[in-house]
Amino acid sequence: MKRIITATVENSSGVLNRLTGLFARRTFNIESITVGTTPDETISKMTFVVQVESAEEAEQLIKQLNKQIDVIKVNDITDLPIVKRELALIKVKVSKSTRPEVQSIIEPFRTNILDVSKNSITIEVTGNTSKVDALIDLLTPYGIIEVSRTGITAFPRGTK
Amino acid sequence: MEETSQQFTRPIKTGADLIVKSLVDNDVEVLFSYPGGAVLPIFDSMYELDPPFSNILCRHEQGLAHAAEGYARVTGKPGVVLATSGPGATNTLTGIADAMLDSLPMIVLTGQVGTGVIGTDAFQEADVIGLTTPISKYNYQIKAVEDIPRIINEAFHIATTGRPGPVVIDVPKNISEAAVREEYSGDFYLPGYQPTVEPNISQIKRVVEAIAEAEKPVVLVGGGVNLADASKEFLEFVERYQIPVVNSLQGTGAFPGSHELALGMAGMHGTYAANMAINDSDLLINIGARFDDRLTGNLAFFAPNAKVAHIDVDPAEIGKNVKTDIPVVGDAKAALQALLEEETVEVTFAAWTQECLANKKRHPLWFKHQDERISPQWLIQEISERTDNQAIVVTDVGKHQMWAAQFYTQDKSNKFVSSGGLGTMGFGLPAAVGAQIGRPDDTVVLISGDGSIQMTIQELAAVRQYQLPVKIFILNNQTLGMVHQWQELIYSDRYAQSVLDGDLNPDFVKLAEAYGVKGIKVESEDQVPAMLDEVFGNRDAYVVEIMIPATEKVFPMVPAGKANTEMLGVDPL
Repeated sequence: MKRIITATVENSSGVLNRLTGLFARRTFNIESITVGTTPDETISKMTFVVQVESAEEAEQLIKQLNKQIDVIKVNDITDLPIVKRELALIKVKVSKSTRPEVQSIIEPFRTNILDVSKNSITIEVTGNTSKVDALIDLLTPYGIIEVSRTGITAFPRGTK
Repeated sequence: MEETSQQFTRPIKTGADLIVKSLVDNDVEVLFSYPGGAVLPIFDSMYELDPPFSNILCRHEQGLAHAAEGYARVTGKPGVVLATSGPGATNTLTGIADAMLDSLPMIVLTGQVGTGVIGTDAFQEADVIGLTTPISKYNYQIKAVEDIPRIINEAFHIATTGRPGPVVIDVPKNISEAAVREEYSGDFYLPGYQPTVEPNISQIKRVVEAIAEAEKPVVLVGGGVNLADASKEFLEFVERYQIPVVNSLQGTGAFPGSHELALGMAGMHGTYAANMAINDSDLLINIGARFDDRLTGNLAFFAPNAKVAHIDVDPAEIGKNVKTDIPVVGDAKAALQALLEEETVEVTFAAWTQECLANKKRHPLWFKHQDERISPQWLIQEISERTDNQAIVVTDVGKHQMWAAQFYTQDKSNKFVSSGGLGTMGFGLPAAVGAQIGRPDDTVVLISGDGSIQMTIQELAAVRQYQLPVKIFILNNQTLGMVHQWQELIYSDRYAQSVLDGDLNPDFVKLAEAYGVKGIKVESEDQVPAMLDEVFGNRDAYVVEIMIPATEKVFPMVPAGKANTEMLGVDPL
């Protein structure tokens, strides 16, 4: 089962290494990690997407994370109403003839075109994982040169 | 710093001075240290400032770390180690990992190359942070001289609170050489570290309710009760409800071994009575044990009918291995005090207790005398009697360790010093050095084996140097005994690399004498009483080599992967 876990941590060198080391040592499989600072520059926020076998394993993971000295707060937000987004950069082959087709495909995805060259365009897409997957699927026949995905970042929705 | 620090005769001038001052501020009484290039500024500072703690030199940094563990175990204070960079630091790793698994408070200061050359594979450089992150409670590399007081204060706080453990501080040489220009704050900044000490009272009430509903309760006492110095409260709790007690290896002594309700150690080499009590119980109250696999055996068959209450200061231990019905996060002493403050419920477990005690009587730990040869179990019983069940017993790892746990009746808390979690051969001699330094007036007995002692035998030099009256018993079965036993029982008598007979072992008596320690060798039971008279008749250190049969086994034994009820060798074979 997939869990989305956020951690508020101290923003100091080595913390990411400490936490990924903890995951590896206890054989938890990380699907993605995103990290960034918060408005308080001494604090960072991490979002983990993790595959676990059971609810007990998820609980153990959260306890192990909470136990770390640099970790201020841990939340499993999987079952909460949340906003979650992933960003991907996709460089796809285009020729003179396929360029209009590709543009018509990407339009409904509300993407940005970041770079255009003679033989390729680079697209920025933001959304949930299935939206990014769908766009990649549609573009694959044209020839994808490179994809870079950030993994999910997320937090709970605002309360009413 | 302009003014002369009160303790010292000259002003604090360097980072090294600040380190020494911070150790004094944290009430360090003993430093286990070994010099080397990267820590010479700190040694030079100690030479100059003459701090009021003693400096103990072992002969290997692994020795320093185990000595610090032995000291921590018997005093409850953190053991403090100072080692140099590179090989000095890597030599401490076994002790750090050992302290981590057995939850012992320890501070390890390691030297490091200067910050300008870190990452260049400089001379005697090792990535101490990378190496120690998975095996320490926390670690620091000091990046600026002004951080020294804060980091050292935080390290002591982290090592000694919550679940105790080792904290490593890596000190680059240019930081210890750096000039100190003003007074720096030692205030903590640990927003993510708030261990729960006081238990949740509604959970404590659930434990009492479970006792009221139980018919067959048993209490498992672990190392946490020793570490929390809670044996008095534990005894009161057990006697209030008259519940039988089983112990983990690290729980040895937390409840008097000679108490009527003591069923002994549970697990792989536990007693029949202890394992059956857990198996048949309907309520298992675990206080401060972490349900190690050597204790539980096959989890699928562990305590199959029991409601489980688990009291532990580390929430991550609760539910990790065994499904828990009543989780209580808190310090063992605080939790026991809270349990005692609850109104006593009227219960009687007389029938159940009689059943447990009948098992204890019917299937006691046993051994047979083999001709005139020395039975190691008998010898340990004799030592137990000679020392009135009061000695600090330190062990190495192997058959002798299990015999010591089984046949030394330990009646006192924090007097059984053994490497449980990591199972470190070579732990014993340096740990005995640390224990004797921590408790100079106690009798310290080391039970070791011919395999284990050779891993750190150079610490006999520390025994002589500091005139430590440690009584060292080497149970020489001319094998790596526990390995040999497994090879006999599980690997069809194929004794690969586990036999040390003929001239494969040294002459331990001569070796002791070479280090300036008295040596005695005994080979038959009739020699033992006179030997014990001599060894315990004065305050000298002794190495006693005791020749024992290689065939003598540790029983009972639960084969790996089996349930604890599937013990071999419960009754005399």
